[in-house]
Amino acid sequence: MDLKDLYRDVIVDHNRNPRNFRPMPDASAQAEGFNPLCGDRLTLFVRLDGERIGDVSFQGSGCAISVASASLLTESVKGRTVAEAEQLFTRMHELLTRQDAAVDPATLGKLAALSGVREFPARVKCASLCWHTLDAALHRERAPVSTE
Amino acid sequence: MSAARPAPAPAPEAVTGGPLDIAAIRADFPVLARTVNGRPLCYLDNAASSQHPRSVIDTVSRYYETSHANVHRGVHTLSQEATDLFEGAREKLRRFINARSTKEIVFVRGTTEAINLVAQSYARPRLRPGDEILVSGLEHHANIVPWQMLCEQTGAVLRVIPITRSGEVDFEAFLTLIGERTCLLALAHVSNALGTVVPVERYIREARRRGIPVLLDGAQAVPHMPVDVQALDCDFYCFSGHKMCGPTGIGVLWGRESLLEAMPPWQGGGDMILAVSFERTVYNELPYKFEAGTPHIAGAIGLGAAVDYLEALGLERIAAAEHELLALATERLADVPGLTIIGTAPEKAAVVSFTIEGVHPHDLGTILDHEGVAIRTGHHCAMPVMEFFGVPATARASFAFYNTRAEVDRLVDALDVAREMLG
Repeated sequence: MDLKDLYRDVIVDHNRNPRNFRPMPDASAQAEGFNPLCGDRLTLFVRLDGERIGDVSFQGSGCAISVASASLLTESVKGRTVAEAEQLFTRMHELLTRQDAAVDPATLGKLAALSGVREFPARVKCASLCWHTLDAALHRERAPVSTE
Repeated sequence: MSAARPAPAPAPEAVTGGPLDIAAIRADFPVLARTVNGRPLCYLDNAASSQHPRSVIDTVSRYYETSHANVHRGVHTLSQEATDLFEGAREKLRRFINARSTKEIVFVRGTTEAINLVAQSYARPRLRPGDEILVSGLEHHANIVPWQMLCEQTGAVLRVIPITRSGEVDFEAFLTLIGERTCLLALAHVSNALGTVVPVERYIREARRRGIPVLLDGAQAVPHMPVDVQALDCDFYCFSGHKMCGPTGIGVLWGRESLLEAMPPWQGGGDMILAVSFERTVYNELPYKFEAGTPHIAGAIGLGAAVDYLEALGLERIAAAEHELLALATERLADVPGLTIIGTAPEKAAVVSFTIEGVHPHDLGTILDHEGVAIRTGHHCAMPVMEFFGVPATARASFAFYNTRAEVDRLVDALDVAREMLG
């Protein structure tokens, strides 16, 4: 188990320079994600243009894994339909939590950089927080989400 | 004495005068010989839970192998042996904190249960709406939540003594908060999150002058300094076995006999009664009144062995060794670029809480673990402390007497790895 499997260059880059890291005044939905034990906290904003995610952004603070995961999420769901985003959520969940995941990381683009996380069970919750938060936003859930 | 009786815990090899022989002490702790991620374990999470010397492990094993039965019940040999060992441990604990009588030593699951017991049995029947419980901003959740629950039950109000930027309880503010309505003062003796040693004596003096009882959360204090409950002159003192080289699931509530005597039982069941009929139950005497059900017998006996071990080393010498590690760690960490130590009280236990610019504590925890260095990261069950300092979490290195100066170097080296990787 190499630490570089977890902190790959893409992760380090997205942690240092998170993409779409901004508030969104015209968001059509937003949700809070909070893992109190480790202190990861983020707000995810979504603007829907019909069935399509026209814009997505986030704010907050957390560990490198949670920040990079959220940053990668915004890049990969922007422009997709809600149904596509939810499908991606399911595949990411499988990639992060199952050793025998049938998901081919090659089909996930940059998100594949997170495939090392499952070797670090204590950190899976960090990577998955933003995805559960996106799911909550798309379902207009008000209660903050936690993956702890 | 039966031949099957477990032998007394062997004295540690390192007992002589002068400074502790750390190498000999480390040989007493089997876990310290293991590796983590291919490196020798560097265990710096002692404030969360300490490790066990061979004598504690062997005492517990021997008890299970030779003398286990239920206590206080049978006339048969094993039951008598188990009872003698269990009550022998109580006497060791009494001596350890210099309580007047073993009647004042109540075995509980740990500090948390001890505080809940006092909240529900001592405070709840006395509190009226508007009465106040006073705690400090340094408290562990275990010394906050039981009081909040009590306030919900009684209409009492929880008041909080603020802390200062150095992580000390603000004594001047305390003097303005303690008053007519204060019914109990509940204070950490040593802060788990920051290591601050609270000068509890002056708080106790003020409270006693006003006839206000004082509970001390001693979970972080007993493993690291001599504690004398009579000299402290407090009313309740709570601590856990697993932070002082003893087993988990066992701890002690010490209370003044007169207060414990007047308190109703907390939980009902076997062992806490003298006689039961469907019309009336006569409760057992102290301390059994508060020990419903079969206790954690092996845990108590193991804790007794931990007391033997710590006393053989000497709490003063333990404190001196740990203080040396604290001074070294504080000095070395101060040189790490971007590192901020949270909690800079003049008197501290060997705990260093810190943040590093650009590297989240959680990432530090993972990277350090990869280097074999175990530290705690997160809010340390003291979220109000984190909020006060405006951080979501800190990294915390907490030292025990079996840690070495070389392990301070390993901590600093591992931090360099983390900074290089993420900073």
